[in-house]
Amino acid sequence: MKGIKFILAGILFGIVMSKSEAISWYRIQEMFRFQAFHMYGIIGSAVILGVIAVHLIKKYKLRDYQGNPIVFQPKEMSVPRYLVGGTVFGLGWALTGACPGPLFVNLGYGYWAILLAIAGAVAGTYVYGLVREKLPH
Amino acid sequence: MVLLLFFGKSFGFSTNLRVICAACGAGKHSRFFDFNWRAQTWNLLFLVGAVLGGWIASEFMSGDDPVQISQATIEDLRELGFSAPDDLQPEKIFSFEALLSVRGFLLLLIGGFMIGFGSRYAGGCTSGHAISGLSNLQLPSLIAVIGFFIGGLISTFILLPLLF
Repeated sequence: MKGIKFILAGILFGIVMSKSEAISWYRIQEMFRFQAFHMYGIIGSAVILGVIAVHLIKKYKLRDYQGNPIVFQPKEMSVPRYLVGGTVFGLGWALTGACPGPLFVNLGYGYWAILLAIAGAVAGTYVYGLVREKLPH
Repeated sequence: MVLLLFFGKSFGFSTNLRVICAACGAGKHSRFFDFNWRAQTWNLLFLVGAVLGGWIASEFMSGDDPVQISQATIEDLRELGFSAPDDLQPEKIFSFEALLSVRGFLLLLIGGFMIGFGSRYAGGCTSGHAISGLSNLQLPSLIAVIGFFIGGLISTFILLPLLF
């Protein structure tokens, strides 16, 4: 089954996010209060590894497992979109202590209350889809 | 992320929220959801895996140690009425009783709403911007991450003290 590797990658992600405590509201609070290196270490090491990996992939034109070239889609430049959108996201991130990945990892962990935040996130995405033509991008 | 690149995909979790909307038929109401969401089935499988991973971690790998946050954070949170962590998440937000209170209900619902709305408006969340985007040295992602922190700091230092 082709899909199994994505499930396994997701399981790995879920376990790493849980055991590194990146899904914890307390850790996110600590991060936004700049009181520990913990979250910066997790995100920072992911970015450093990512920069190296992306650089190597581009330099040696590495291919994926099916032999297709790995392409990176550059993001379109805009300031209001990223700044305003990012700020709204950040408001929700610090309140719930979760971003989209951890919302679902927390659900698996047994924090059922997070279902409400997931419902909110789906609703927020839906509303964005309805009003996006009216927003500056 | 590197694993997913190798699988020929790109790492961005919040796309799943859009996929869920599309799969529920939202394409009828907005062109934004009118796309071939089945091409993102792999991402939904990753989501299923993430839920399973959380369950495995809590069921089979759980130490009973509370989150070891810094003393400064414990003291700041105590001023807001949060006791020191005895688990991964505070009861004050994630317990069933909290869910039934107006404050707890709105916090999770509106917080979630802003996560969904903001990540789509910004075109990505922590995985898409802070990790994938910064790894590819994308300036828009840096702007988005600055936004994440503006919002996060407002919530932390203004909204949470107002709420608690």
